[in-house]
Amino acid sequence: MTNEVETKLITGNEACAEAALVAGMRFFAGYPITPSTEIAECLARRLPKVGGTFVQMEDEIASMAAIIGASLAGAKSMTATSGPGFSLMQENIGYASMAEIPCVVVNVQRGGPSTGLPTLPAQGDVMQSRWGTHGDHPIIVVTPSTVRETYDWTIKAFNLAERFRVPVVVLLDEIVAHISEKIVYPKDAEIEIVDRKITERDPSSYLPYENTDSDIPPFAEFGIGYRYHVTGLCHDETGFPTNDPKKVDKLTRRLNRKIERYRNEIIFYKESFLEEAEICVVVYGSAARSAYRAVSDARKLGYKVGILHLFVLWPFPHEALSKIAKRIKFFVVPEMNLGQMAHEISCATKQEVVKVNRVDGGLITPVEILEKIKSVQL
Amino acid sequence: MFNYNKYLRNDKLPHIWCTGCGCGIVLKSLLRAIERSKIPQDEIAVVSGIGCSSRTPGYLDFNTLHTTHGRAIAFATGLKLAKQKLKVIVVTGDGDATAIGGNHFIHAARRNLDLTVVIYNNYIYGMTGGQVSPTTPAGKRGSTAPYGNVEPAFDISQLAIAAGAPFVARSTCYHAVQLDKYIHKGIIKKGFSVIEVLSPCPTYYARPNRLGNVVDMMEWYKNNSVQIGVARNKSVQEMEGKITIGILHDTERPEFCEVYRELSESIKKQLVK
Repeated sequence: MTNEVETKLITGNEACAEAALVAGMRFFAGYPITPSTEIAECLARRLPKVGGTFVQMEDEIASMAAIIGASLAGAKSMTATSGPGFSLMQENIGYASMAEIPCVVVNVQRGGPSTGLPTLPAQGDVMQSRWGTHGDHPIIVVTPSTVRETYDWTIKAFNLAERFRVPVVVLLDEIVAHISEKIVYPKDAEIEIVDRKITERDPSSYLPYENTDSDIPPFAEFGIGYRYHVTGLCHDETGFPTNDPKKVDKLTRRLNRKIERYRNEIIFYKESFLEEAEICVVVYGSAARSAYRAVSDARKLGYKVGILHLFVLWPFPHEALSKIAKRIKFFVVPEMNLGQMAHEISCATKQEVVKVNRVDGGLITPVEILEKIKSVQL
Repeated sequence: MFNYNKYLRNDKLPHIWCTGCGCGIVLKSLLRAIERSKIPQDEIAVVSGIGCSSRTPGYLDFNTLHTTHGRAIAFATGLKLAKQKLKVIVVTGDGDATAIGGNHFIHAARRNLDLTVVIYNNYIYGMTGGQVSPTTPAGKRGSTAPYGNVEPAFDISQLAIAAGAPFVARSTCYHAVQLDKYIHKGIIKKGFSVIEVLSPCPTYYARPNRLGNVVDMMEWYKNNSVQIGVARNKSVQEMEGKITIGILHDTERPEFCEVYRELSESIKKQLVK
């Protein structure tokens, strides 16, 4: 951290690890998996120097469990993985959602399903990141497209996790993770760090899952006198299991509402050239890199086309898309899967969308997107 | 006499366990051992997985964490590493610890993190209604082994020793006084300690196997347990069908928190130079 402008050439994985430290992360548990491993390697070097702890667990299930345990002890914690490991983490991601334990899960996407394409990029985990664990649950998913964005959005992921007491998924992909780019670090003063709200109640009146006006119960870490109970079972405000239909209903609705009611504060996207556009390219992650070039080329050719670049995928910006749809004739959605977001965008815009998909381990090229823009019959 | 109320969440009682279940005996033994250790109540965390035994923490007035099936030790690992002044005790069952959680169990033993793991071994999955577990003896019946168990059983204590746990003891619910001593030793031991307790399940183990009621099971523990000192002088044939109890293994190995702290300090010193 510095107050001077500092410039470096680093990869997305390195940016993610460095940003996590800046955010205050002091506990990392992980298991090696391509293409995320460099995050663990970087933190194995860095964490002992800053008084934090790195532990390589026996698998991804244990890694996810360990970061939840550490967070309950008050530490900001993180794990990093890729598709197969992300699948293994799902059960305990649900636990973090249910028990409201802040934590960050980085998923560097690679080709799937199954072991798929370990060294090549994909964006096939978009739906899994939202719905991978069972039951109606809250979760936030962010996705950067450059090294600097990876730095910024990793810090933001911690801030969101802390503020809302939820697991936050940072969806990278092999391209963003492994590309080396120049990064101009933000100055300290430009970086906002959010810490979880700590209870002001004394132990005798503390309710770990209290229904508060904000819907986000204040936190008390283990070991400082509060002695409460945490479970993945449906529980009441005291934290103890319950089958009472009223209490279960109240819990499940509050857990989901605490994200939904703040969705406008969480959702983030960038619009470019959309004022007079007739075609809108909706894009996220590394596919956005090609989309900017394609749109620039198309505009030179006279096409009225703009970009909606999503940085937060879940909660999904239905309102923004529905608003934009009023003035857009065609939506083009490039993504490295078979149309997972295209479906969501179609629902929000009530329009058929033009899909540009690749599932062969290659990045969608600017030419491929440009050709689709040209093919649209206005 | 020791007053259990100090450590109990009395408003959560009565407990959910069946008549004759051994879980309550282990719970009380655990509380006596904690009392003897004199560790402040606020500095104790009790972590469990899923199953009958794993319902223990809900009744205890400590920092309590009821996790997912098999993962208690992995949750406990993060908790302990992030707050090392906590005394972290894991309570788990034979299925939780050695089937679904088997990988975490052996690697925690290898890593030698300072955790105390109390395993209630009742030879069966009780919570789900009596299916065979990795410790159900071959030939015994369970709801998923209606003709008798076709698989051989794990010896949990031997598994722990082989995986590197520096302290391993075994007792039964009949030998509750010894159990207090072993759990206490496990708690004060710096390192990964395992206390296996044979615990009766009259409902789902004894009934299908016609082993009688809980008194009969206690009699069986009494008549078939052999102290480790005696067992060492017996032949394999003489020990057939017997249970070896006592402190089976007690040694010293570098503990993970300390190793990591030393590493961290030495790196920081090099940075200063």
